[in-house]
Amino acid sequence: MGKLRFASVWMGGCSGCHMSFLDLDEWLFDLAEAVDVVYSPVADVKTFPEKVDVTLVEGAIANQDHLELIHVIRKNSRLVVSFGDCAVTGNVTAMRNLIGEAEIVLDRAYKDAQLLRPQVPHDDGIVPPLIERVVPVHAVIPVDLYIPGCPPPAKRIRAVLQAVIEGKSPEMIGREMLKFG
Amino acid sequence: MPRTLTINGQEISARSDQTILEAAQDANIRIPTLCHLDGLTDVGACRMCLVEVAGASKLLPACTTRVQEGMQVQTDTERLRAYRRQIIELLFAERNHICAVCVANGHCELQNAGIAVGMDHVRYDYLFPKLGVDLSHERFGMDHNRCILCTRCVRACDQLEGAHTIDVMGRGAHSLIVHDMNVPWGEATTCTSCGKCVMACPTGALFKQGSTVAEMVHDAEKLAFLKAARERKVWNV
Amino acid sequence: MNLEELNATAASERLAQAKKRHHIRVCVGTACQALNSEQLAKELQAELRRRGQNGDVEVKCVGCPGLCSLGPLVEIESQVNGQAAIAGTEGGQRKSILYQFVKPEDAGEIVAHLGGEPIKRLETPLDQPFFTRQTKIVLEHCGKIDPERIEDYIAVGGYQALMKVLTEMTPQQVIDAITRSGLRGRGGAGFPTGLKWGTVAKADPNAYPTSVPVGIQSRKFVICNGDEGDPGAFMDRSVMEGDPHRILEGMAIAAYAVGANHGFIYVRAEYPLAVKRLRTAIRQAQRAGLLGNNIGGTAFSFNVDIRLGAGAFVCGEETALMASIEGGRGVPRPRPPFPAECGLWGCPTLINNVETLANVPPIIMKGADWFASIGTEKSKGTKVFALTGQVAHTGLIEVPMGITLREIVFDIGGGIPGGRQFKAVQTGGPSGGCIPAQFLDMPVDYESLAKVGSIMGSGGMIVMDDSTDMVEVARFFMEFCMDESCGKCIPCRAGTVQMHRILTKIQEGKATRRDIQILEELCDLVKHTSLCGLGQSAPNPVISTLRYFRDEYEKKLAADETNGKTPQPSAQVANPSA
Repeated sequence: MGKLRFASVWMGGCSGCHMSFLDLDEWLFDLAEAVDVVYSPVADVKTFPEKVDVTLVEGAIANQDHLELIHVIRKNSRLVVSFGDCAVTGNVTAMRNLIGEAEIVLDRAYKDAQLLRPQVPHDDGIVPPLIERVVPVHAVIPVDLYIPGCPPPAKRIRAVLQAVIEGKSPEMIGREMLKFG
Repeated sequence: MPRTLTINGQEISARSDQTILEAAQDANIRIPTLCHLDGLTDVGACRMCLVEVAGASKLLPACTTRVQEGMQVQTDTERLRAYRRQIIELLFAERNHICAVCVANGHCELQNAGIAVGMDHVRYDYLFPKLGVDLSHERFGMDHNRCILCTRCVRACDQLEGAHTIDVMGRGAHSLIVHDMNVPWGEATTCTSCGKCVMACPTGALFKQGSTVAEMVHDAEKLAFLKAARERKVWNV
Repeated sequence: MNLEELNATAASERLAQAKKRHHIRVCVGTACQALNSEQLAKELQAELRRRGQNGDVEVKCVGCPGLCSLGPLVEIESQVNGQAAIAGTEGGQRKSILYQFVKPEDAGEIVAHLGGEPIKRLETPLDQPFFTRQTKIVLEHCGKIDPERIEDYIAVGGYQALMKVLTEMTPQQVIDAITRSGLRGRGGAGFPTGLKWGTVAKADPNAYPTSVPVGIQSRKFVICNGDEGDPGAFMDRSVMEGDPHRILEGMAIAAYAVGANHGFIYVRAEYPLAVKRLRTAIRQAQRAGLLGNNIGGTAFSFNVDIRLGAGAFVCGEETALMASIEGGRGVPRPRPPFPAECGLWGCPTLINNVETLANVPPIIMKGADWFASIGTEKSKGTKVFALTGQVAHTGLIEVPMGITLREIVFDIGGGIPGGRQFKAVQTGGPSGGCIPAQFLDMPVDYESLAKVGSIMGSGGMIVMDDSTDMVEVARFFMEFCMDESCGKCIPCRAGTVQMHRILTKIQEGKATRRDIQILEELCDLVKHTSLCGLGQSAPNPVISTLRYFRDEYEKKLAADETNGKTPQPSAQVANPSA
């Protein structure tokens, strides 16, 4: 059996899920035996490759870049995994939805709260525009697996990846696998 | 008078004034609940405890349905499991339940229910309603974002404390827990600050001020103890 | 008032009416009143006084004669060859004409033409199918008698049934008569009325803890449910406005049968005219000794109070209605226990709909067999429908059970106007379903309607033509249920919001097959797990339109389906900000 082509992406989240992923410690060596990391915040690859077997998506869909990238990910990946609460529910990233739509949120952050030179930063092509409302990944594309948790504990990530490597469906049952937060 | 019935094929006996839920609890059969709390009257609102009863055309809430002789009850069919998961998902989508930043994280009946029904994601659109947090009371707080409208606080305040400070206003999705005639909690003159509502709350909606993430542990069992102790006049159990 | 006095009142009222050569009846139901019919009645009276004719012409303000789309309506009944004409009774030769769209300024012309040729400009035939195809039991006095005069009701035989019951029948005999008649609840579910009465009669008032307020002696109650809230339904309103004493009489008979001494009429506050006329009727009946203590000189006492609904649709649900009467928040509670055993303040309580109670006096007077001879095997008697929508004649109709939808829509209703095609008829309001053309020849009864996914409901009947968007119909009713959900149980409170959201998404062209699947799952959940009838029936308009008009849903789905999987674009993601 050849190595799985593995990707992970960091969208609207805090990178905590990736930190938890790194908490897998020495099991990462086992993982490295089983997969090729073809795209990740921890690897220097600029464009999302084709024919990926499994992609972990950390974070919610919060801006135009996320929106464009997530469709590419779906097209190029056999399995898309919502990785952590932000990807699964919107979580903290989506708390801005409580304030209102994009413009209101930006004003609140960059104008109302600033005393000196309040202005909303913008630079076409550099700063991606926010979408009106933050949504979980499965609100935009079909998702194959969900790993809840803020962040998901390393054991939970390992259980899912182990199953994926072995070509099985992970058993998402019980507190160990399903507790949000 | 004793009644004999079967729950999930298991034959059990119960008193005629017991509900299906009580009979099941006595027999160590777990039926999921949210709006039920030992010590308070039941309202049959959350629909988590719905069970199938042979011969009944409708699903019946175990918490308000009394046992009958020869009743055949199923509490854990595939259909019921699917309904329960849908109900929990509806709750998570309805208000802003963000476990990661919640005082009740790890001690929350809604969170536990999500685990129990196997919820790995919510199929419905999150509604993100704009709801307030009432911190006007000197000791307690109320975060409507986390409220599931189970009315346990309403009943605890009315039935155990006798104050009836808390009730529900509005209807449908706009229902809201209010204090007195919809005044800030701190200004509610009927509130005795007893804290029973906080004990009764299944989520992080009612909390002791100063609690941070995952620190709020409710003492719901104390309410059942209080009720039983008052009735039996026995306090040193 | 005892039986002799009742008969004497009836006789003297009939005599007084017989002296009039012409009876002019002006509809002052809500719809006609809104078109200034009260002013019209005043003008007619003024004109008669001017001409010195007020002695032998009577102008009577009456309830709804039914054909609301032609209102204001004026019916003129005249003596022929000097013979007596008594409103609503047999005997004497009479000639009637009906005027439509009458305005106050037509008063002079109408009076001038009394006894002569009818005014062609205003006349509408009385022998049109709208009138001739109906069978009036509940509505027999609506449009004939003055609802604000008890004498008028007594003259047409009013309160005779109550007297008969009190003096000749035991409560059990009354219950047997209702049971044998086959009468079923007209509020929607069609529960056998006699069975309900029997249960309340047998129920032990001490079986559950009670908390009856001080001052109310009764330990059983009768409630008349007049909280009619379905969009497009106004059957109960018309009966309450047009024949209020009929309801009081029905309630008193029911109270006698079940052993109650106190009753409540729960009317929505949006029906001020019905409330006013019911209040007047209660006052008159009390003064006449037909309500209150020792009715008709017997040992039976019965008092009636009115309670106003504060605008919540759910208060039409019986347990919510009782909570509201008790002064609490109008939310339902799980049944069992049923109100018949544990109802108002914990007492056994009979709750019947307005129309159900209005059927009671004629059953007592004409007999259970007479009633059972009308209708079908399992659905006896008649049903009042509020016929609305895209149909030529809209208004209130009463038809025998078992009549076909085609007869209602095309004969009585006069078909679809504007050269359009019939598409569907919606029965049962937000709890009902849409019935397509293929079932037009189906008999209208409880079972047949249920079989095609609708319900009899309280009697709203909305006709839709081929220009109707069925998804929009479903969305409209879902919005109604969402707004009217009380919020107590989760499936109804949160499920209706999500269903409405998906229906809106479909209308915006942003939904996928997956959304329809989720919608269907939600329909199943809300139907089977909601606490009360509101939630349990809320998905019906969606289920029935999906069943018969699925292609309309599918046509509106978003086009792209990639990957063999269904994408789920969310409405929330649209319009990224610049």
